Amino acid sequence: MAVWANALIQGILLGGLYALFAAGLSLIFGIMRLVNLAHGDLIVLAAFIILTIATWLGLDPFAAMLAALPIMFVAGFALQHLLLNRTLGRDLLPPLLVTFGLSIIIENGLLELFSADSRRLHGGAIETTSFALGPDVAVGVVQLLTLASAVAVILALNVVFYRTALGRAFRATSDDLEIAQLMGIDHPRIFSLAMGLSFIVLTIAALYLGMHANFDPTIGPQRLLYAFEAVIVGGLGSFWGTLFGGIIIGIAQTIGAQLNPEWQILGGHVAFLAVLVFKPRGLFPRTTD
Amino acid sequence: MIKAVSPPAAKTSGYRIETRTRASHAVTAVASALVIFLAALPSFAGRGIIEELIFVFYMAALAQCWNLLAGYAGLVSVGQQAFVGLGGYLLFALTIMAGIDPLAAIVLSGVLAAIFAVPTALVVFRLRGAYFAIGTWVVAEVYRLVFAQFRQLGGGTGTSLGPDITNTVFGIDWVKSMFDVRAPAARDIISYWAALALAVGTISLVYFILRSRLGLALGAIRDSEDAAESVGVDNWRVKLTIYVIVAAATGMIGALIYLQTARISPDAAFSVLDWTAYVIVIVVIGGIGTIEGPLLGTIIFYLLQHYLASFGAWYLILLGALAIAVMLYAPKGLWGSVVGRYGLTLFPTRRRLVVQKGALRSYRQEA
Repeated sequence: MAVWANALIQGILLGGLYALFAAGLSLIFGIMRLVNLAHGDLIVLAAFIILTIATWLGLDPFAAMLAALPIMFVAGFALQHLLLNRTLGRDLLPPLLVTFGLSIIIENGLLELFSADSRRLHGGAIETTSFALGPDVAVGVVQLLTLASAVAVILALNVVFYRTALGRAFRATSDDLEIAQLMGIDHPRIFSLAMGLSFIVLTIAALYLGMHANFDPTIGPQRLLYAFEAVIVGGLGSFWGTLFGGIIIGIAQTIGAQLNPEWQILGGHVAFLAVLVFKPRGLFPRTTD
Repeated sequence: MIKAVSPPAAKTSGYRIETRTRASHAVTAVASALVIFLAALPSFAGRGIIEELIFVFYMAALAQCWNLLAGYAGLVSVGQQAFVGLGGYLLFALTIMAGIDPLAAIVLSGVLAAIFAVPTALVVFRLRGAYFAIGTWVVAEVYRLVFAQFRQLGGGTGTSLGPDITNTVFGIDWVKSMFDVRAPAARDIISYWAALALAVGTISLVYFILRSRLGLALGAIRDSEDAAESVGVDNWRVKLTIYVIVAAATGMIGALIYLQTARISPDAAFSVLDWTAYVIVIVVIGGIGTIEGPLLGTIIFYLLQHYLASFGAWYLILLGALAIAVMLYAPKGLWGSVVGRYGLTLFPTRRRLVVQKGALRSYRQEA
């Protein structure tokens, strides 16, 4: 029994990490229906930037992440402003292909700069600290912090979305782009701000990616899939749905791993497909396609 | 329902529906000559050229398949590597476990891939647009992880086809004596012919589908899903038909690729980069929604790969940048730009109304 309780708890904690991967994606997918296939590689890129800042300035990963935030916000804003805004429209293919190209460029650029070696962000003592919840169940501090950060990020995104003028503009463009334009919303700027915000969230995700496990330039696409699964399972336009979706994928993975160590990833994918067969729009959709 | 116009009836009323153009008559002649030339190539070309051309042929075939799926049926899949890998693994299973001749196994892999495609479609067809793209990718990952579980096929590390299988392929003795070559070169020649047949086969398949009733339905769906449905096109069924046909063709191509390399592993066989990303780049650079575009794209991709692949990561960075540039500045691809400027089509699939001289006047008088 204890092993299953452990699998469940570890799954929920892992789900926090996936929700962090997914939150930035959920934001831009919800607002502008942009399928950002480079999202996973961007998280890896952010992890390398945090690593570089931490190494150069001798900071711990948390401080390095804070230093990376403004850089990444500007990078996200510029990417949307200069490139992605030009691909948006009724056709799905242009943003798909441009972000695919971007993903290839980032991955291979990182391989050139940093080689294929595995890296890790070292957070010091908290990495090895854990609480015992029972005789066979222990919870790591980093894992707990990840889930707490995921909840905090989701809360913050909800506040931005439902309590600020910017959030009102986000929701308006999400609901109906034409009407929003009629109301005087400068939607290219709104989209660029949304991408900047998405980059902030993915930089936070990158911190925990680097502290949870080793990373190298090639792991982006897998993280992208987990993130997309969380977004789609949760339902379009709902941040709490994304958190819940991440937790479902996380639990499915740890339960799969408990059955057979080789079934971890498979468990997550099967759960995703199962949800889609019964609920093609996800569990808690707020907006429609 | 859409009825094909029967030529005799049309002629009496003074107009015809034509798809052929003057350029296309010339193309038919040139293309036939080219195919005969390529088929005869092994008698005088070296083994290096044969191996390069096998690669060109199967990439061209894969590009045609993806173009039919995404460019004509609107099914933007990022998971076609599922059927490449499936075809490859089925070939290994059929030859190693069932002792079937590799050439027969290629055909059989296509049939089985089509059968696998039906339940796959039932899942991914629940999704639309971006969800469909991601869903197909996840399904391909599921295939990869499941095939990594089969110990008989080498599990996660993969397995090889022994010379006892590859050197006994149908017709190899004939090729050995005909061209006076050793077994490995003879094997390449047979793979070369199979690849040529698959490339010509997929181009013909796409061409004849587009000129058939199914092609008319596809055109209607592309223009407006609702309008197509309202004139009696069963959208779901048309898309399913295309998905399954493409899966069969992709499965056969996959089987051929892995007969040629004689070594398979889950990560290579189900690689999204090799079997989907490159293919999408080829189709988009050449021009999506045309038959000529993927062919042009394949030639460009081959030249880039041939001359720049030694730059490793930089080559891939360039390829990514090229894809972005084409999408921004020439979203219809290079062939699309040609069509836009000169109205040239080599494989005409568009139906044009040709009114015969005097027909309009006699029509007016009757009225």
